Amino acid sequence: MKPAPFDYVAPATIDEACAVLAEAHGGAAVLAGGQTLMPLLNLRMSQPFILVDIGKIAELKGISRANGGTHVGPMTRQCDAIESKILAQDLPVLVQAIRHVGHHQTRNRGTVGGSITLGEPAAELPATAVALKATIEVRSIRGTRQIPAAEFYIGPYMNVLEEDELVTGIRFPEWSSGHITVFHELAQRPGDFALVGIVGALAVDSGRVARAGLAWFGMGPTPMRATAAEQMLLGQPLHEIDPQAVAESAIADTAPFDDQQASAEYRRTVGMRIFARTLREALRTREVA
Amino acid sequence: MSKHTIEMTINGRRHTADVESRVSLSDFLREDAGYTGVHIGCDHGVCGACTVMVNGEAVRGCLMLAVQADGARVTTVEGLAAPDGTLHPVQAALRDEHGLQCGFCTPGIVMTMAALSAREKRPTEEQLLNALSGHLCRCTGYQGIRRAARKLASPEPAESTGGDSV
Ligand code: FES
Ligand code: FES
Repeated sequence: MKPAPFDYVAPATIDEACAVLAEAHGGAAVLAGGQTLMPLLNLRMSQPFILVDIGKIAELKGISRANGGTHVGPMTRQCDAIESKILAQDLPVLVQAIRHVGHHQTRNRGTVGGSITLGEPAAELPATAVALKATIEVRSIRGTRQIPAAEFYIGPYMNVLEEDELVTGIRFPEWSSGHITVFHELAQRPGDFALVGIVGALAVDSGRVARAGLAWFGMGPTPMRATAAEQMLLGQPLHEIDPQAVAESAIADTAPFDDQQASAEYRRTVGMRIFARTLREALRTREVA
Repeated sequence: MSKHTIEMTINGRRHTADVESRVSLSDFLREDAGYTGVHIGCDHGVCGACTVMVNGEAVRGCLMLAVQADGARVTTVEGLAAPDGTLHPVQAALRDEHGLQCGFCTPGIVMTMAALSAREKRPTEEQLLNALSGHLCRCTGYQGIRRAARKLASPEPAESTGGDSV
């Protein structure tokens, strides 16, 4: 199918884009890399009056370090993020997650910000933003806002953005060097959305967990932060962690559903195994190192 | 609704056109520019048949608007063979290894492998197979395509020669 007609503008600055969004009163859709939006347009599941292509806004691209954290411009393409030296050093688990997003061909256009903003519940990057405690920076003609990723998603493809707001950055706090990364995704084929996925990081200080960030994807209507598991891990000496017990508490923070791919029960059972195994392996790599 | 004047280089030739905003790059290439080697299978990013190169990178033509390709350098399967008809190495490998049957998926597969080969000179088998996961083929069962990919890949030291590992 082909998209319903729409107008198209490609503003050159954030301010111009915000002005267009404000004028459109909710009739606009923001086009980043288009790898999720274009299918929605082609299937006429989304029918905006005007498409605001933010691909020409230079200030929305690129990765930099600032205030002890890492700033990712939302228009940074996934293929470029994978190659980023800064991300490789600061947030290796984000790179690992991006490698699982879609396919080589879609990562050549798909952006980090597009995926994080759209919030497909089974997608890797929204959960990664939640797990790593990222902040979504947002701007409109009314001003700016900083939204913690954990408060950003309210349902499948639904977030707290107002219709005139544009995501202008994703800021990741610093995860100390040598933090432990956790990532595992189960999908039917490479490139498919996950049936179950877990992502996160553990910062370690003198052999104990100093900070924990963990989230599920494909396990509920939004990325699901594994709050109970995070709390359980906090302050624990690494060698005393019982991955199975942590996994059991993590599963409490999920709300999986039945669909044509898998039942909720399957997701829960497999999710728990994957969580325990991934955490165990992550800790083991640490011991070896 | 809105129309835009765009200009792009397709297979080395300059094209100027007025397009409606909603026209995808794949539709534009087929219907406006006449490059019907661009195949459209699903039109929503799943099958990979529409893959073309934009500024040297393999992308899905159905997930990009023609207006977004304004100013870009686009290559379709028609732009690969030499002027005298000599096939591009990727095309030759697919032909030699029986990597196609009906040929519907083939232009996309060719463009993905050609883009990788141009970027990496000798891509590894893993890189090629990984990139090929973005393509669906209803006919071949993929074995011929995988053989072609192997042929194009840089030789790997511990390559297994087992029959079913092809
Ligand atoms: S037609 Fe574009 S991916 Fe299927
Ligand atoms: S050869 Fe027929 S779809 Fe691939």
